[in-house]
Amino acid sequence: MDFGSINPAVLIASLMVAAVPIMLAALGELIVEKSGVLNLGVEGMMIIGAIAGFIVAVNTGSPVIGFIGGAVAGAALSLVFAFLTQFLLTNQVATGLALTLFGLGLSSLAGQGYNGIKPPPTNAVPFGPLADIPFLGRVLFAHDWMVYFSILMVAVTWYVLKSTRLGLIIRAVGENHEAAHSLGYKVTRVRIGCIMFGGAMAGMGGAYISLVRVPQWVDGITSGAGWIALAIVVFASWRPWRVLIGAYLFGGITVLQLNLQAAGSAIPVEYLSMAPYLVTILVLVIMSSGRGKASLNAPASLGQNFHASH
Amino acid sequence: MLRLEKRPTPSQFWQYGTPIVAVLLTMIVGGILFAMLGKDPIAVIRTIFWDPIFGEFAFYLRGQLLVKAGPLILIAIGLALGFRAGIWNIGAEGQYIMGAVIGASVGLAVYPTETRLIYPVMVIAGALGGWLWAMIPAILKTRFNTNEILVSLMLVYVAETILAKAATGFLRNPDGAGFPGSRNFSSYKAASNPELIAGSGLHWGGVAALVTAILVYILLQRHILGFQIKLAGQAPRAARFHGVNPTRLVVFCMGVSGALAGLAGLFEVTGPAGQISIDFNSGYGFTAIIVAFLGRLNPIGIVFAGLLMALTYVGGEMAATNLGLPSAAIQVFQGMLLFFLLGVDVLSNYRIRMFMGAK
Repeated sequence: MDFGSINPAVLIASLMVAAVPIMLAALGELIVEKSGVLNLGVEGMMIIGAIAGFIVAVNTGSPVIGFIGGAVAGAALSLVFAFLTQFLLTNQVATGLALTLFGLGLSSLAGQGYNGIKPPPTNAVPFGPLADIPFLGRVLFAHDWMVYFSILMVAVTWYVLKSTRLGLIIRAVGENHEAAHSLGYKVTRVRIGCIMFGGAMAGMGGAYISLVRVPQWVDGITSGAGWIALAIVVFASWRPWRVLIGAYLFGGITVLQLNLQAAGSAIPVEYLSMAPYLVTILVLVIMSSGRGKASLNAPASLGQNFHASH
Repeated sequence: MLRLEKRPTPSQFWQYGTPIVAVLLTMIVGGILFAMLGKDPIAVIRTIFWDPIFGEFAFYLRGQLLVKAGPLILIAIGLALGFRAGIWNIGAEGQYIMGAVIGASVGLAVYPTETRLIYPVMVIAGALGGWLWAMIPAILKTRFNTNEILVSLMLVYVAETILAKAATGFLRNPDGAGFPGSRNFSSYKAASNPELIAGSGLHWGGVAALVTAILVYILLQRHILGFQIKLAGQAPRAARFHGVNPTRLVVFCMGVSGALAGLAGLFEVTGPAGQISIDFNSGYGFTAIIVAFLGRLNPIGIVFAGLLMALTYVGGEMAATNLGLPSAAIQVFQGMLLFFLLGVDVLSNYRIRMFMGAK
């Protein structure tokens, strides 16, 4: 095996790119779960965002509008989940699964005729001479704007949850919806807003896969990224900055196993491609057991439906 | 404005009514979808729901119905047990694959021995394979309190890579000129799962599905474990006071659903699919989730739900060949059915009241 062919600067740079979809989706889901709703439909919303973003970008020629299209589509699909769980009070786990099954089918229906097309390219932000700094230039200043946007969103999510009135309301609704209701907050309305934010972020993450990561449309393109995003929220113990760490960790594993495959590692390709999923399980086990139990940080009303009788 | 009012007990009428309403609503909205795809909605609905049973080729398609319904019912019954107890095994697809791979490995290991003992041993190995794969999330859940939803789902992707490895590597047909895929079981009599009555589509998988439905029905109605499963799902606090052992319940429900999914995989791979190939699994493990809810998590209901879902598969293929309906449209149709099922269920737990003006 030839480790020498793996350039650390390129490795770090590409893991930052690989982490963007799961980071965006996980941040969205973090807000959803902070408001006390468990939406397991992330995979479905991501793949709908992937195909919608792809279609919009190909037809308009603008990746930026594509990303917006992906976000709108993800939010639209999440509205179905919001309507079912918030108004018809359906089981959140089952509804989330339904969203994923439906999303996978709808994306492959919508994607017919889009196979084998190249989307318009999303170029690196021109930092001029900064990009020529050895190592750091490649790692920090040679990315497309979505990479920086995803990091910015981590900061925004953290700030909003920690230091704003809106964040306080979201947390109150998620920790104790009865109390929040008694205080006069519109529990259902807050949750619908959060669910839509989660859908938009997942959709945008999905669009990044089909527009930048791959970049083309194939059926089932997200291949479990939505589920990994859900796992990252648990890994992060519902804290935004840890989502960043988690996403980079998983991005790193994905990129490393791809690099090992390319470098002709002795480990068979099949076993290498299992790695991200196995590591997810391992991380979940570590986070859910022992002293630092992640579940202690889980919002108290997570997954419970709220029905105001008065 | 409309307002929901909780019923003291769920409505008996709507318990049975909701699946029918959901199917009708899905047909209407599905029809609109088909019309948007430029197809005649009534022709499509008739091709899917009527022709396979009463149409021109019904003599063949009725058999196909049982072929598809068998694995769906088998998997869905297992899943429903867990869903009732609030244990979410959604990785049945992985357990289905592992059952098939391990069962087939046992059969192929002794190729070309012809004795009657081989098939029963393969069946046990298949169930064991699914059971083992389900034990991973079960034990992680009971020992480390790890979320079983995410772990069982992640293991689907792991199982798929193992399947790819099996089809192109350790189970590849040595006489297959290097093509991926194992030996075909239809030419290996001792290990094959043929139709029991010619033209009926009934193979051992269908028999197993019916027997399991009856056994699980008895378990839920007459056995203390069935009572505990229902109690744990409906009133977790009461279940704790009653002395229900949650660890035992998780291991039991995950184990049974894994073993049943493994069985379904083994029956499929030795029968209708014929061989281990990269994509022999056709997503039954995920569709079975819809089947479980369509059957209202009741084993007898699931038998009917499995048949109905098989109808959408068989009819969907018909619509694809005869009317050019994209096969993904059927997947959308099935996903929509689950939305409507869950949504309409509000009628059995709540009354809908009209009121005027502000509250």
